[in-house]
Amino acid sequence: MSSAAVIGPSRRLKWIAGLLVVLYALITLVPLLWIIATGFKTSPDSIAYPPKVFFEPSLEGYVNLFTTQTRQTAGAIAEPATWYERIVNGKGMVITGPSRFGERFMNSVIIGFGSTFLSVFLGTLSAYAFSRYRVPLKDDLMFFILSTRMMPPIAVAIPIFLMFRSLGLSDTHAGMILLYTAVNLSLAVWLLKGFIDEIPREYEEAALIDGYTRFQAFIKVVLPQAATGIASTAIFCLIFAWNEYAFAVLLTSGTAQTAPPFIPTIIGVGGRDWPAVAAGATIFLVPVMVFTIVLRKHLLRGITFGAVRK
Amino acid sequence: MSETAMDRAARTTPPRMARKIRGLSDRAIAWIFVAPTIFLLLAINIFPLIWTIRLSFTDFRANRPNAEVSWVGLRNYERILNDPEIWQTMQATAHFLFWTLSFQVLIGFALAWLINAKFRGNNFWTTVIVLPMMLSPAVVGNFWTFLYQPQIGLFNYVVAFFSGTDPTSFSMIAEVALAPWAIVIVDTWMWTPFVMLICLAGLRSIPESIYEAAECDRASKWRQFWTITVPMVLPFLMLAVLFRGIENFKMFDLVVQLTGGGPGSTTELTSINLKREAFEKWRTGYASAYAVILFVTVFGLASIYVKAMNKVKER
Repeated sequence: MSSAAVIGPSRRLKWIAGLLVVLYALITLVPLLWIIATGFKTSPDSIAYPPKVFFEPSLEGYVNLFTTQTRQTAGAIAEPATWYERIVNGKGMVITGPSRFGERFMNSVIIGFGSTFLSVFLGTLSAYAFSRYRVPLKDDLMFFILSTRMMPPIAVAIPIFLMFRSLGLSDTHAGMILLYTAVNLSLAVWLLKGFIDEIPREYEEAALIDGYTRFQAFIKVVLPQAATGIASTAIFCLIFAWNEYAFAVLLTSGTAQTAPPFIPTIIGVGGRDWPAVAAGATIFLVPVMVFTIVLRKHLLRGITFGAVRK
Repeated sequence: MSETAMDRAARTTPPRMARKIRGLSDRAIAWIFVAPTIFLLLAINIFPLIWTIRLSFTDFRANRPNAEVSWVGLRNYERILNDPEIWQTMQATAHFLFWTLSFQVLIGFALAWLINAKFRGNNFWTTVIVLPMMLSPAVVGNFWTFLYQPQIGLFNYVVAFFSGTDPTSFSMIAEVALAPWAIVIVDTWMWTPFVMLICLAGLRSIPESIYEAAECDRASKWRQFWTITVPMVLPFLMLAVLFRGIENFKMFDLVVQLTGGGPGSTTELTSINLKREAFEKWRTGYASAYAVILFVTVFGLASIYVKAMNKVKER
């Protein structure tokens, strides 16, 4: 303790370091806060000059995001029944129905969770095998699994596009789940192998001596021990599938389109409806921000495929 | 050591019981566990790769699946390597790679070094800084086009405010001279935390005792920084550069949303160019050859780099 005090950073240095880091953090946050704020602005406020930091909050962006509207004709004025109809009618528009956003968001949820479940399930099994057994050509297989990540997605997309077209998987949930599972598997295997390597073998051996079969030992001893590792791997896979854009934009167009290719196509009546875009982005980004905070202890490991552990 | 404990247990149990205890043989379990993963990766990664290589020798067009396909040998490769447009996209990619890596290494290392001073609340602020990195590049990139708007954009307003110019006088994404920097700025904003986190792990791996010894030898802080901190963090930094290099060589989503490769083709990185050839012009055979060339380039550069990295680690 005393020696650390001698060589450790002085009080003043700490203060300056803290100040600079906080300054950087605040600047880096501005675009994100701007997305959230813009979602609560009215259209005129969002494009005001100078940009408005203080404004009267409105849910117009969110209402526009979830509905399709058309200009009100003089004859068809009905009494607004709900708060969101009142907002829309106030601009001289009427709601004609729900927009596509809800559907696209649900696609993201289905494909994200489906592929995460599959890649963590398959990943746990093979990571256990790679960790505990002498698999022939183990190192080559592990490297092969990693190298699948080096290919530019567009390069692989050409034959996958052709393959999906002939198998009838284009623009289907099943096709996208399989594809994202394959992409995420490399991450899942590498991360989970690291986590399982850290569980002492003695636990399983004790279970084997107690009369468990290998499989029972895996289920009842290894899985509970690896639970944290499995959970954080799952969150990483989910975030990847959630954010993926290149495959989604090339292989889906209607039924299975996820939110990332959809959000940039949101257009309002007469120019881009930035509050609606920002509202969509907010709904889409905030879950990931929460996950990032939950994950912060395992973040480094996840982003480096387990190459750097703290 | 652990093997012997198991062997002993196996030897002392009667054969019938042993079969029951073991259930499936280890080998069978290993194969059952690994097979689905390998199968899926073969089906969705390796099979397509082989297919791409095959297509690259043909003049196949995916929008005309029934047209006759003929073998053209190495003609696609020849045409790509002689195409000035492709060299231009390579140049744009090199510019993007060089500047994003430089900025991210400099700022990322500096931030890590500052955070390592362990001021109060450093963990909280680290988490805040990391946020942009985890978000969807397409969605965030799309929103940045709003920030870059000449009249109403926050970015232009702030720059104009501090430099005294007119915010409508420049457009980051519509001007040939500025667009390459527009994508560098957003990528740096997004991915600097990645380099920072890895550097921070490197800094934290240096044992205090080395600094204590240096202090006893009366080495100056400056000298300690260059002879202890930098060489010890270097392997970590090189790993960060490897990851970022591969990712930015593949860059598609962020830039396609920001500039779409424009204006003209000033920010047309290789992936965007490839997408245009494959899915807009539908020159599938030609694009496949292009994809093979890109893959060989990444793989070649990455393996040379990994060799260099291992040399640094051994020192």
